[in-house]
Amino acid sequence: MFGLTALELARIQFGFTISAHIIFPAITIGLASYLVTLEGLWLWKKDTTYRDLYHFWSHVFAVNFAMGVVSGIVMAYQFGTNWSYYSAFAGTITGPLLSYEVLTAFFLEAGFLGVMLFGWNKVGPGLHFFATVMVAIGTLMSATWILASNSWMQTPQGFEIINGRVVPVDWLKVIFNPSFPYRLAHMTVAAFLSVALIVGASGAWHLLKRRDTPAVRTMFSMAMWMVLIVTPIQIVIGDQHGLNTLEHQPAKIAAVEGHWENKPGESVPLILFGWPDMAAETTRYALQVPHLGSVVLTHSWNDQIRGLKEFAPEDRPNSTIVFWTFRIMAGLGFLMLLLGLWGAWARWRHELYRSKLFLRFAVLMGPAGLVALLAGWLTTEIGRQPWVVYGVMRTKDAVSNHSALALSITLIVFIVMYLTVFGTGIRYMLQLVAKGPQPYGEHPPEPESGRPARPLSAVPDSVDAASELPSGSRR
Amino acid sequence: MGIDLPVIWAVIIGFGLMMYVVMDGFDLGIGILFPFIRDRGDRDTMVNTVAPVWDGNETWLVLGGAALMAAFPLAYSVLLSALYIPIFLMLAGLIWRGVAFEFRFKADETHRPFWDKAFAWGSYIATFSQGVALGAFINGFKVTGASYDGGSFDWLSPFSLFTGVALIVAYALLGCTWLIMKTEGELQHRLKALAPTMTLVLVAAIVIVSVWTPLTHPSIATRWFSFPNIIIFSPVPVLVVATTWVMMRVLRNETHASPFLLALLLLFLGYTGLAISLWPNIIPPAISIREAAGPPESMGFTLVGALFVIPLILGYTAMSYYVFRGKVRAGEGYH
Ligand code: HDD
Ligand code: HEM
Ligand code: HEM
Repeated sequence: MFGLTALELARIQFGFTISAHIIFPAITIGLASYLVTLEGLWLWKKDTTYRDLYHFWSHVFAVNFAMGVVSGIVMAYQFGTNWSYYSAFAGTITGPLLSYEVLTAFFLEAGFLGVMLFGWNKVGPGLHFFATVMVAIGTLMSATWILASNSWMQTPQGFEIINGRVVPVDWLKVIFNPSFPYRLAHMTVAAFLSVALIVGASGAWHLLKRRDTPAVRTMFSMAMWMVLIVTPIQIVIGDQHGLNTLEHQPAKIAAVEGHWENKPGESVPLILFGWPDMAAETTRYALQVPHLGSVVLTHSWNDQIRGLKEFAPEDRPNSTIVFWTFRIMAGLGFLMLLLGLWGAWARWRHELYRSKLFLRFAVLMGPAGLVALLAGWLTTEIGRQPWVVYGVMRTKDAVSNHSALALSITLIVFIVMYLTVFGTGIRYMLQLVAKGPQPYGEHPPEPESGRPARPLSAVPDSVDAASELPSGSRR
Repeated sequence: MGIDLPVIWAVIIGFGLMMYVVMDGFDLGIGILFPFIRDRGDRDTMVNTVAPVWDGNETWLVLGGAALMAAFPLAYSVLLSALYIPIFLMLAGLIWRGVAFEFRFKADETHRPFWDKAFAWGSYIATFSQGVALGAFINGFKVTGASYDGGSFDWLSPFSLFTGVALIVAYALLGCTWLIMKTEGELQHRLKALAPTMTLVLVAAIVIVSVWTPLTHPSIATRWFSFPNIIIFSPVPVLVVATTWVMMRVLRNETHASPFLLALLLLFLGYTGLAISLWPNIIPPAISIREAAGPPESMGFTLVGALFVIPLILGYTAMSYYVFRGKVRAGEGYH
């Protein structure tokens, strides 16, 4: 397809399916902890606002979770289908870590999800809260294991290569590899931040639509506190993460910075914008700030970092891509900082719920967390190239022997299917959000006609019915 | 000394797959029954019987995959690349039916039939491709050195297509008897009428597979028909006959849980038969669990977790089934 090789197609397929997957886990991780907070506050303060918010967001959670599960199952099999040489070589490490994830995280989530979503009236409030907490713990455990596994591929240690395959010799070293703590912190906070921005945007949207209820105010206020407090933390973690990467994957940082070579005794500038050109080995149209690169990356005025030219051409990641994906992530990070500070200022001026301009900005920033998160992953993964296990196994040696034809067909089917299925799911989630929090338990009784059985779904009502789509008369 | 890691892991993975077949079997079976039950209220009730538990059921499949990679990385690598297309189809099927659980209740009148179809088609495709993969597995794979050396379509054979259809019947029976246990009234009556035919068709399929495999695979024939194996293994076919007989009688009376338990027993027997045929190979026809085993460092590390956590998992899975026990009635729902 388009003259792509089997290797490129396998990479595109993996990249596409994991990028689609990670959106849902990020929302799951953030929302699960938010739901724990809401239910805890309801049990503690007995304020029905929290209970109503809990039910509102748990409906969104249910739709999102289903999509996280089905897209995740695809991932668990793609290591074997697309990267069979990788699996035979390093499945000895990825496999056990993934098994622990299944055992300690996926089963926990799945086992308590039923009670959490359908058990409100079947079990007591204590047990129900317990179920919600277990689901949230499950999501965090899941992140821990899978990120240990990914981080090991980035900064491998604690193993030997015997008979052409990886043999783990020290599991503690494997799990607590150098990039793991940073990646775990950065990713978990990214998930929290993404959900805070989504909750904030939906609150702002309802406020702009003049649906100024206590529940809407509460969620908006909670979200703005979260953005204010967590964004600076994320920026600090990101900075530390970068320093760690500089130590272990210097080629990645050189590519991210579009930095090609050092002149003796000269400091490293920070290139704000430019176009790294891999063939010409230079960054065109560079707009740069002198010394800032040294300051950010070495925390000193004049120290140097290695440039891309110090690495053999076949060992260089694609700088054009990671230069930009990194800037999208970091740029959005600073916009989030702006949002948090503006929110604090508006709160102090008592116009948090009224300032139109601010509310519009909050709506616009709704997807920013997820976009930054994806951009961050693209930076991390493409910056690791051409290695699948950094410095140990090249991506081209990892790929299965499928024909380009088979891969093209499955890729096209994946793309069409994901767009239809997940597109619909995302639309349903947006429609649920648009309905706004409702007082729980005050639904009018079901009409006698119409649907006979009240469906046992985590989302009680047809959202399409409430939507703008005129059913029957299709456009 | 003393602990034989490859054998223990083969047993754990076998157990995980068995759990998967049993548990996701009945909820895939519900999708397979959709074309036979057209009333919308009935369909809602059917889906409601599994909505709180299907995710946990499917997790056993993920455990199977992950544990295979951990304990037998070679088998994971060879089997999954050899079965690329059936696995792809299975995943596609699981995606459609998994989201349909949530989506069919959210869709409006015009879109709902679409998600009902997605639920049924997804269940058929996922089950069929699992059955095809099973058939291809029994037939064996071409391996050179440490990697798969066959074509993209080696899995396709009359036998694998047959096992694909057979698995659809098996899951349909599981789903049908599960629903007999979980529903009542008119719907239950309809299902009871379907169950005897399904049982007989399934038993016929088991018989055909039992004749077909030894005929085409001499090693399997020797396994079963040499002395003393023929005596040791004879309870398996005898129990199949006995179970069928009890099932046909029970379906006439008013019992509720027993058809489901008998269907489970039937599946378990079929599964045991396969295990007897293939043991100790994990990549048939020639690579055994020992040859495909990962290093003890990987197996041992994962075993600690498995032994501690699987009992816990069984515990809270049981709790969840207990919370949602009893008949699901039409009109009974979420609040
Ligand atoms: C940072 C977190 C994170 C990352 C990087 C990934 N996942 Fe994921 N995954 C989750 C966090 C998560 C989750 C939050 O735990 C999910 C989302 C919804 C859910 O059900 O659990 C999940 C679901 C999920 C499932 C379904 C679980 C079930 O049946 O309940 C599987 C099999 C995977 N994932 C496998 C993978 C693989 C093989 C990945 C890497 C290639 C991967 N995930 C990346
Ligand atoms: C969750 C967020 C993630 C995203 C968005 C992501 C994204 C990507 C992308 C875009 C690629 C293709 C890179 C390229 O070909 O240039 C890739 C490759 C890959 N990633 Fe990730 N990844 C994520 C997490 C993970 C995790 C958690 C693992 C392992 C446990 C992982 C393992 C791999 C492997 C094996 C490849 C294939 C080899 C390669 O092309 O480098 N990824 N990923
Ligand atoms: C401006 C502040 C930020 C800095 C300096 C920063 C820094 C970094 C660096 C250096 C990496 C690559 C690490 C590696 O590949 O080894 C990275 C990855 C990543 N970033 Fe950021 N980041 C910032 C903001 C954000 C924000 C706001 C989000 C999302 C809300 C985010 C989400 C991610 C994710 C998901 C990854 C990939 C996973 C990982 O490697 O940790 N980052 N970040």
